[in-house]
Amino acid sequence: MTATFADVATLSAASPGLWARAGASVLQVAAVAAGGPLLLGLMGKVRARAEGRIGPPITQGLWDLRKLLRKEAIRAEHTSAVAALAPLVLVASAALAAAVTPLVTTGPVVAGGADVFVVVYLLLMGSVALALGGLDAGTAFGGMGSSRAMTIGAISEPALLVGILALAVQAHTSNLPGIVAASLAHPGWLASPQRLLALAALVVVVIAETGRIPVDNPSTHLELTMIHEAMILEYAGSDLALVTVGEAMRLGLLLGLVANLFFPWGVEGSGGGLAILIGLVVLGAKTATLAALIALVEVSTAKLRLFRVPELLAGGFVLAVVAVTTGLVAR
Amino acid sequence: MTLHEQAAPIPAGTSELVATGDLQARAAALLGAGFRLALVAGHDDGHDDGHDDGHGLRVVYVFCAGPPDRRVELQVRLDPDRPAVPSLAAWSFPASRFERELADLFGIEPVGHPFLRPLVRHQHWPRDWHPMRRDAGPAPPMRSDAEPFPFVAVEGPGVYEIPVGPVHAGLIEPGHFRFSVVGETILKMKARLWFVHRGIEQLFEGRPAADGVVLAERISGDTAAAHTLAYCLAVEDALRVEVPHDAQLLRALVVELERITNHVADLGALCNDVGFGVAHARALTLRERLLRLAGEITGHRLLRGTMRPGATTLRRLPTEAELADVAALVEDLVGLATSNTVVMDRFKGTAVLSRDDAEAIGALGVVARASGLVVDARVAHPFADVGTDLVPVVEESGDVLARFSVRAREVAASLRLVAELAGQVRSLDAGASDLPRRGGAGLGIVEAWRGTIVDRVEVEADGRLARCKVVDPSFLTWPALSVALADTIVPDFPLANKSFNLSYAGNDL
Repeated sequence: MTATFADVATLSAASPGLWARAGASVLQVAAVAAGGPLLLGLMGKVRARAEGRIGPPITQGLWDLRKLLRKEAIRAEHTSAVAALAPLVLVASAALAAAVTPLVTTGPVVAGGADVFVVVYLLLMGSVALALGGLDAGTAFGGMGSSRAMTIGAISEPALLVGILALAVQAHTSNLPGIVAASLAHPGWLASPQRLLALAALVVVVIAETGRIPVDNPSTHLELTMIHEAMILEYAGSDLALVTVGEAMRLGLLLGLVANLFFPWGVEGSGGGLAILIGLVVLGAKTATLAALIALVEVSTAKLRLFRVPELLAGGFVLAVVAVTTGLVAR
Repeated sequence: MTLHEQAAPIPAGTSELVATGDLQARAAALLGAGFRLALVAGHDDGHDDGHDDGHGLRVVYVFCAGPPDRRVELQVRLDPDRPAVPSLAAWSFPASRFERELADLFGIEPVGHPFLRPLVRHQHWPRDWHPMRRDAGPAPPMRSDAEPFPFVAVEGPGVYEIPVGPVHAGLIEPGHFRFSVVGETILKMKARLWFVHRGIEQLFEGRPAADGVVLAERISGDTAAAHTLAYCLAVEDALRVEVPHDAQLLRALVVELERITNHVADLGALCNDVGFGVAHARALTLRERLLRLAGEITGHRLLRGTMRPGATTLRRLPTEAELADVAALVEDLVGLATSNTVVMDRFKGTAVLSRDDAEAIGALGVVARASGLVVDARVAHPFADVGTDLVPVVEESGDVLARFSVRAREVAASLRLVAELAGQVRSLDAGASDLPRRGGAGLGIVEAWRGTIVDRVEVEADGRLARCKVVDPSFLTWPALSVALADTIVPDFPLANKSFNLSYAGNDL
């Protein structure tokens, strides 16, 4: 993998200075934090329209956050620091992942450290923190939600990792900006079998990780069927706002990651304010398209029986493994 | 005139006073002959001097079978010193429920009951306060330190309990459910209901018979028409009122309309519970359309104010075009759900209620028919000749899909029936509201959208109600839900519960 580091070195050399890259990272975090709730709003709107309803405005998620932030964070009796820290860890891990992932630019700060493993495990850290937070209050629902979320996470996280590895094998680097840059340099790769297989695997993962139908129903109010909602049932006020923002950021991040890995055009590479602006607009357009597509698929399907969900995810994992194998054979 | 009336057979069947000691043998013989115990009503006839210490307590047992329509009443007068009845629980599961109700509300002890726990009475009711006794007086202060309900704890490695409700996240009626679970599999579910006790049966007492309609319409909000009809039929039976054929046709039409509206809402709600929002949105639109139609036809979206003892009035009839429109939309809706493989996968094999269990529990209505039982009061106890052959819709598999299919097919059948009824009606305002001044006892049986409602009224000679006992199908069908849930997984409970969709308010009166 010596070529890898050479690539990264070239990349870093071509990139603008440290301050500019730090600025780009901050911009990425802000874009994900504001864009995540908007993407959720867009998905709700697409669903509503497809079902013949008007639906809440796309910005509703942001207004809800404003409302929640003004409210007191009431914590359940007997909760420990875990319940208080979990939302913070969730948001912090998502923000850090957003800072280093090539979303708007291939040259964010510490681009060399933006490894596949780093980003995937940052996301995993958030999931685990939330699951622990769900367990902390000791209620039946929190435990049930955490148990279900971890069952799903145990299969979806490896699928995410292996899916991206398929691209890493092709690009000869596990560095995310490196993969994006290499993809930009070789447009022919995008139609390669391992890419298409990996794309299918990652779409399944994104749906599972963000708790969408057919894995989880984000709009249900039936306590016993919920996965994610059951886990966060004990959170209120500003804590709930943090959890909501953290979850929305994960959605934005995952969609942005998938969009840029498979459709890398528009990601700014060589610096410059205008290019970053264009990168931002293109990122918004790409993620919005993906979100709308997922919402349309959601409308046409129903939620799977809980015990069928691992089958779906295992299918995604197998696709990812096949993608990696195909990539290795193709070398 | 009086001679003629005396010679006429009592339409409700026979009523017979039996000795307490003979009750079990007589009941067993009836149950063995294919009758079901449809209603048990306690009565406190009191004393003229106002003094009451358990004297004058009487219990009425109503047994039904059909077709052909057969109704038999057995009455027992209780020992004044020790108000007790021999328990029929060994022969009939519904009897065990009725007897627990008697024990709570009247303080009548069912001797030999195998599992005499409180039913209606919640822990904060004083144990010895029986509100249906004449001498009960105003409600005493509720106790907060009372012993909790004796839930049966399931023990074993990995078993844990999930308590849900009575306050839920959605806009649904209150009910407390306690699940004993291993992993995600339900070992046992105990439903603790009776959070909505309004004392409706007592509110009927002393009202003029014509004024009971207002209460009957409010027993269970979504079943206003069928409950009102059952009440009207019971009063008409008690006072021997002849109702014109047109009025009966209009009543049948209104009850079918109620069936269609509620079944459509259920079809959508079942889809919503598996996350299939499109079908739910369509069902809601269709339901709103049906409610508006109901508003135009009867003047009330929930079909109130059309029926009264002796008469029925509608504003207009539904047109064939309106009914055909609805039929097409329902067909679309059902097709949308059944063509989706994920929806079908969720419905199939979920929460199976076997035919034997349904029969033993005495389940009624949609739930019973989805488990292969042919029970439909429209066939067994028709209140009027609607001039058409009604065939009960029956499915065999007993799962959520069967209950979905029964509803879907019943909507189609009811739409055809409404069209036929509308064709036969000659007058939109049929019957007379003046009730004869006489007393009596009567029975009303109606197949509501959930199942069979049985009402029994006793009217005093001055035309006031002495007693009105209401049996909503939910009262007898609720225990079937717990049985169907064995080996179902926790996340499928809301779906299973919705497929039963039993009434909390109708169950608790």
